[in-house]
Amino acid sequence: MGKVCCCNKDSLAKQDEAIQKLFRSYAPGEKEALIPILQETQGLYGYLPKSILYLASEYLNVPVGKIYGVATFYNQFRFDPVGKYLIQVCAGTACHVRGGGLILQALESELGIKAGETTKNSLFTLSTVACLGACSMAPVVTIGGEFHGRLQPKDVVKLLRDYEMKE
Amino acid sequence: MTKITVIFNGLPVEAELGQTILEAARSHGIKIPTLCHMENLVPSGSCRICVVEVEGERNLVPSCAFPVRDGMAVYTHSERVRRARKSIVELLLANHPDECLYCLRNGDCELQKLAMDFGIRERRFTGNKNRYHIDSSSVAIERDPNKCVLCGRCVRVCDEIQGVGAIDFVGRGLDSVVLPPFNADLADSDCVFCGQCVLACPTGALREKSALRTVWSAILNNKKKVIAQIAPAVRVSMAEELGLEPGTDITGKIVAGLRLLGFDKIFDTNFAADVTVMEEANELVERIKNGGTLPLMSSCSPAWIKFVERNYPEMLSHLSSCKSPQQMFGAIAKTYYAEQQGWQPEDVFVVSIMPCTAKKFEATRPEMGRDGYQDVDAVLTTRELLRMLSTASVEVMRLADGEFDHPLGESSGAAVIFGTTGGVAEAALRTAVYLITGKDSEKVDFNVVRGFKGIKEAEVNIGDLTLKCAVVNGLSNARIVLDGLRDGSLSYDFIEVMSCPGGCVGGGGQPAKDRSNIQARAQSLYVIDAVKSVRTAHHNPEVKKLYKNFLGKPLGELSHKLLHTKYVPRYPKELNVASTKD
Repeated sequence: MGKVCCCNKDSLAKQDEAIQKLFRSYAPGEKEALIPILQETQGLYGYLPKSILYLASEYLNVPVGKIYGVATFYNQFRFDPVGKYLIQVCAGTACHVRGGGLILQALESELGIKAGETTKNSLFTLSTVACLGACSMAPVVTIGGEFHGRLQPKDVVKLLRDYEMKE
Repeated sequence: MTKITVIFNGLPVEAELGQTILEAARSHGIKIPTLCHMENLVPSGSCRICVVEVEGERNLVPSCAFPVRDGMAVYTHSERVRRARKSIVELLLANHPDECLYCLRNGDCELQKLAMDFGIRERRFTGNKNRYHIDSSSVAIERDPNKCVLCGRCVRVCDEIQGVGAIDFVGRGLDSVVLPPFNADLADSDCVFCGQCVLACPTGALREKSALRTVWSAILNNKKKVIAQIAPAVRVSMAEELGLEPGTDITGKIVAGLRLLGFDKIFDTNFAADVTVMEEANELVERIKNGGTLPLMSSCSPAWIKFVERNYPEMLSHLSSCKSPQQMFGAIAKTYYAEQQGWQPEDVFVVSIMPCTAKKFEATRPEMGRDGYQDVDAVLTTRELLRMLSTASVEVMRLADGEFDHPLGESSGAAVIFGTTGGVAEAALRTAVYLITGKDSEKVDFNVVRGFKGIKEAEVNIGDLTLKCAVVNGLSNARIVLDGLRDGSLSYDFIEVMSCPGGCVGGGGQPAKDRSNIQARAQSLYVIDAVKSVRTAHHNPEVKKLYKNFLGKPLGELSHKLLHTKYVPRYPKELNVASTKD
């Protein structure tokens, strides 16, 4: 009679302490924990590293395809590291009517990336946001948490230069 | 069951409490069209094609997911219902490529059928057409998301029936697309190429990667000796597409058709299945006698092999080292048979006709050949053979029965049942009895391993030995068994696993208009077995000759070189990365 030897590779043990702690706060195979694990992973890394999704697949016994499906369903999850400066372009009503779309276009063409992407040098990540609550300054953009209001497309080049100069 | 009355379109009929409207309607022959619905799975209710009007309900309800009540009045084709269904299909067509005339599924497409049934004669909506790239990365299955209607049947069969989960919905809303994770190509994904998704797909979004062009050009090449081999399940699976009773055995017609198409020799994979039995039964007996790794797990089903390599790499030593019959056939044809004919192995072109898409992948595995040539050169699915015959206007039913060529066309009854779940186990048991006791059992039928149950267990007494067997079909069932072995709650001596539900008769390369036909196909295989004069592999005279004149003995040196193989762990590389900063 054969009993199978169980030499399960413990992939979790190879990971950083923080990620081990994160996973161990949930039971192996606890499928309901998928979204909290994804949220906490993003909290740790700022994005969802591929290897952690594979780890979650093994830990929760959920195919990695399913995990990727869940993660892409929600806008909150990202799959690439955020650049040093997160640029948030307001797409709220006030900013929209005062030319927020043109500011986004100018940023996209100046950085050579689309909203949701990060520059090759990992300095800037461009994103849009529904409203920054600073309508009086419309159109408004935040860069690394700093507000820049009443922008015109031509201001964008200088603005980005100022941040690049800080490096 | 509590009987209740449901009034369909004004006519009261009997139904059972707990049934859905769809189930109740179908049990009375009332047709309700469906698209995303899958028999025996939890309803997903996502496509809304099956909506009906229920008196007292404000909105139309999906009949696949709505339970019946006593006295419920249901209208299955009211004006409102017909308009809603038509609009749904029109919206599905709004971003469809409209390439029907050039589509593989032309004439055999559920979307086409719905559009036709609902009388769609004009384009009311024009949506943005997506332009997704066609994923031809794998040798087995091609994905064309442009033709996908997002019904989710492939996703569900992959996850719920096969326990693989290689594809899922990625993104949301208009951006939804069915993909492997991280938008990877299928070739680099966890896909095991079983092809059950292809059977599930209502349109041409999933299909086998065709090898027809390669096969035609080999036939036209005068230097090549083109040899065909036919898998057991193929001979009982074509009838329904040719207007015959499902399951009818048309072996003779297929042989005649292949000859007309220009194949030089037509042989039977069953010959190699007999050789597989010889090797595998000996391997089992040897492992039992010498305390080898048990349970021994069958290795005929290539999707199952890839499944173990990816998901249970630590159990690879349990897999029989025997190649599958397809590969054994190729190896024997290019050595033993080629020598007999005075042919060079590189001039022999072996074409397999298989009920399977994963066989295409198996044939290209680098370890499946030697001296720069592969055992098998091209693999056609049953569906592709039907297409090949159509292209050449060969109507096999008008031909006189043909006979397999000699000697690789000789086979026993044990070989033909390889085509259904339980067949490999039964064939191996017949020979194991002979190997252990030195004589054949009076009754060669092992009914305990027959039938379509997902996991069958049997204890078989041979001499003073009790052999504990499990017979598994469908990979999610295999998962249950392997997890049981892992945690020690299950233990066996021998396990047969067929990836596809029902075994090869339900294979991913088979015609699939009606799933229920696979029962008839399996039944037909057992009939072929029952009427064979030789019903055990070890009594196949040509197999005996092969061992006497060429191989020596089972598990011998030459057997190991030609008929046995190795497996590779396919542990995802992502898990070996120590740091997460990738």
